[in-house]
Amino acid sequence: MSLAGKTALVTGATRGIGKAIAKALAEQGATVVGTATSEQGAESITADLKASGGFGLVMDVSDPASVEAGLKQVSEQAGAPAILVNNAGITRDNLLMRLKDEDWSSVMETNLSSVYRTSKAVLRGMAKARWGRIINVSSVVAGMGNPGQANYCAAKAGVEGFTRSLAKEMSNRGITANCVAPGFIDTDMTRKLDDKQREAMMEVIPAGRLGEPEEVAAVVAFLASDAAAYVTGETINVNGGMYMG
Amino acid sequence: MSTVEERVKKIVCEQLGVKESEVQNASSFVEDLGADSLDTVELVMALEEEFETEIPDEEAEKLTSVQDAIDYIVAHT
Repeated sequence: MSLAGKTALVTGATRGIGKAIAKALAEQGATVVGTATSEQGAESITADLKASGGFGLVMDVSDPASVEAGLKQVSEQAGAPAILVNNAGITRDNLLMRLKDEDWSSVMETNLSSVYRTSKAVLRGMAKARWGRIINVSSVVAGMGNPGQANYCAAKAGVEGFTRSLAKEMSNRGITANCVAPGFIDTDMTRKLDDKQREAMMEVIPAGRLGEPEEVAAVVAFLASDAAAYVTGETINVNGGMYMG
Repeated sequence: MSTVEERVKKIVCEQLGVKESEVQNASSFVEDLGADSLDTVELVMALEEEFETEIPDEEAEKLTSVQDAIDYIVAHT
């Protein structure tokens, strides 16, 4: 297994795409630590990962103190992360004319500033090891734009720019930084949509179906592997053909 | 127990991949020893670990030569 002996930190690993990523990295042999915002979520992650030596952890990625404490615990219990997957994210959708300051700032904190914090915290260990993988989960809307998601799109596009800079800074230390940009994936988020919204969605997806979380996780697992050592600063779309920018 | 000077020079050699004979007290990390900006950041981190001290960013920027580093460590540990 290609990731044996490596510690991977996956944020937002309770459900959906994050959960599938944690599972995929564990299957490759990594010791996976998954973060959740609740104690209950952390326990469910531990239940999923303990067979492979991993565990769940309560961490609020929007809170610098929580990130610092979480990273310390990971390093002590599992070793410095060699792989970081920034997956945690929230939506606070509204048309810009109705968007509240708080909707803007909470999305920026959780989806963009968090990536800055966690990435900075793991770089030292990765630089020392001369090996590291930072994989950020972006979104198809970062490139496309989406009405009602000015905050979310701005944050995700920000993550992609951040990733390209980071890739250039760290590539001669064996550290790569990439994004995976999912389209419509079958998760709790898309399950909330009604039939009409679903129908409209299908019309713009050439593949004619939603993606599975495992299909996103497979790309993350590849980017985490040694095979992807020469791929950096890239955003890989996983969207059934709906956007190819 | 090695002196501060010996320990600093050893870390410089390890971090910058240079030979001991190349490292003089007056050597500049960037101009003489070929360090890039990331190398200098890593060098400061390695010094922090070796001497169990925190070097603030504004001080770290001033450490441009081997002697600067030695002087800083002697004065702060």
